[in-house]
Amino acid sequence: MADIIIEDKVNTNVGIEKIPDSLPAQYNEHERELTTLNLGPTHPATHGIFQNILQMDGERIVSGVPTIGYIHRAFEKIAERRPFYQITPLTDRMNYCSSPINNMGWWMTVEKLLGVKTPKRADYIRVIVMELARIADHLICNSILGVDSGAFTGFLYVFQEREKIYEIYEELSGARLTTNMGRIGGMERDLSPVAIHKLREWIAGFPKVMKEFEALFTRNRIFVDRIKDVGPITAEKALNYGFTGPNLRAAGVDYDVRVMNPYSSYEDFDFEIPVGTTGDTYDRFMVRNEEIWQSFRIVQQALENLPEGPYHADAPEYFLPPKQAVYKNMEALIYHFKIIMGEIEAPVGEVYHSVEGGNGELGFYLISDGGRTPYRLHFRRPCFIYYQAYPEMVVGTQLSDAILILSSMNVIAGELDA
Amino acid sequence: MAEQGLTNQHVLDNITAKFGESIFNVEEPYGLLTVTTTRDQIIPLLTHLYNDADLKMNFLTTMCGIHYPDNKEQELGVIYHVHSLVHNVRLRIKIFFPIDNPIVPTATNLYAAANWMERETFDFYGIQFEGHPNLIRILNVEDMTYHPMRKHYPLEDGTREDKVDTFFGR
Repeated sequence: MADIIIEDKVNTNVGIEKIPDSLPAQYNEHERELTTLNLGPTHPATHGIFQNILQMDGERIVSGVPTIGYIHRAFEKIAERRPFYQITPLTDRMNYCSSPINNMGWWMTVEKLLGVKTPKRADYIRVIVMELARIADHLICNSILGVDSGAFTGFLYVFQEREKIYEIYEELSGARLTTNMGRIGGMERDLSPVAIHKLREWIAGFPKVMKEFEALFTRNRIFVDRIKDVGPITAEKALNYGFTGPNLRAAGVDYDVRVMNPYSSYEDFDFEIPVGTTGDTYDRFMVRNEEIWQSFRIVQQALENLPEGPYHADAPEYFLPPKQAVYKNMEALIYHFKIIMGEIEAPVGEVYHSVEGGNGELGFYLISDGGRTPYRLHFRRPCFIYYQAYPEMVVGTQLSDAILILSSMNVIAGELDA
Repeated sequence: MAEQGLTNQHVLDNITAKFGESIFNVEEPYGLLTVTTTRDQIIPLLTHLYNDADLKMNFLTTMCGIHYPDNKEQELGVIYHVHSLVHNVRLRIKIFFPIDNPIVPTATNLYAAANWMERETFDFYGIQFEGHPNLIRILNVEDMTYHPMRKHYPLEDGTREDKVDTFFGR
């Protein structure tokens, strides 16, 4: 990781551009008529329920006002009434393209608060699951970008890989999309022989498909012409807007939570942080593509070096016991009951923990007043933070470019609204 | 790798040297330096953190409101998390103020990211950010008359009798 990149990009004060109340003067002078176009809330190309009210001069976008909140479900409020185990399903439904990352981030936050230390094997399994989730998330984002530019085949190619990743989740947790994976102190289940077999099979087959996908897109003249220099954002602006994740790295800043604040044994793995230069749609696409390869490397390393040992911490008062033990063992039954009824009392404290989500730094800020539920839980949702830069990125481009910028930013409505 | 050597103590010394008495309640829960300041000092403090050549804390990670109904004259609060990407040090800043006078200066002149974060805080807690360019609700419907994250709006319908909390261990 090169250290110069961040150094010379910071401390440049960039002002904020406000949403214009009236149109720029030249439009009024010539009495040109502008079209108001509602892009969304339920437009197939917005990939989610949010609206952009665009002022159009022909094909050209003059201004844009984003409206969000259509699927706001008040997760932060609901979490104030729920014991820790019941908050996991809420996190699943934020970035639903990579829900295991949200789950793990949440468990790590709770573990930090409760002072539970996870064993190495649990960490490695978590790393495998999180990197698989990142791959699935990036595959969908990149292939949908292809679909939005009119190329459908690549999407079909990589969708089957996501399907295989979901089968591995299924083996681990019984669920595919909203995985509800993990427990306080480790994993619910160990990596079963079947899961390892599926993982190895996937590792053997994935590079071929990924190379085919790259062959379809990265040097495709039509595709590159459509996304090159579209919606660029400078590093200074991106930092000022609070960008993280691939969107920030595409602008040339190598900030990655996995390296800056390693969690879950990420310091054991050897991987690189891909960075772009201009922060345009092409760079975002390429950074995600390269990240898929890096995540693939991490999965391989984690599986090769998977430590022996327990897959959960020895913390019976927090770790939900296995179901078979609940049927036979009195203590397990008691702990099961106490955990399910939410009778664990958390220590007083406040903790901020962040993980590198599919879109960037996914943070959990948890304040506990010693009760059974969080006093306050705030999610730092990367989508919410960087979507506000969208109007600035689309002004001056054409409508079809706006669609591509939107899909290259990977805005997930569930995470945007929470 | 980020530069090492900037510790919480350095950050604290730096800001107390400039702001002195207005930095109080210094804590370090789980390693993250947490300070409380006053409403008047929040923007000067954030600006200092932004521009200071030693700290370079110019990344606003997140910002949220909080409500403590029992703290008289200090019911509402705003919590900022700032991050120095160069030194990889985070700082949490809190301000508290009475619920009758929930006016806070905006940070949008410093961070573009603060725009929506402040709108969200306003939406949930009714905190007015003075100088914000477009302070309207963001996640909830516009004709809502209250600010739902305040503690006096319970999540469940208080008139329901079929669901008694004591049965659910709460």
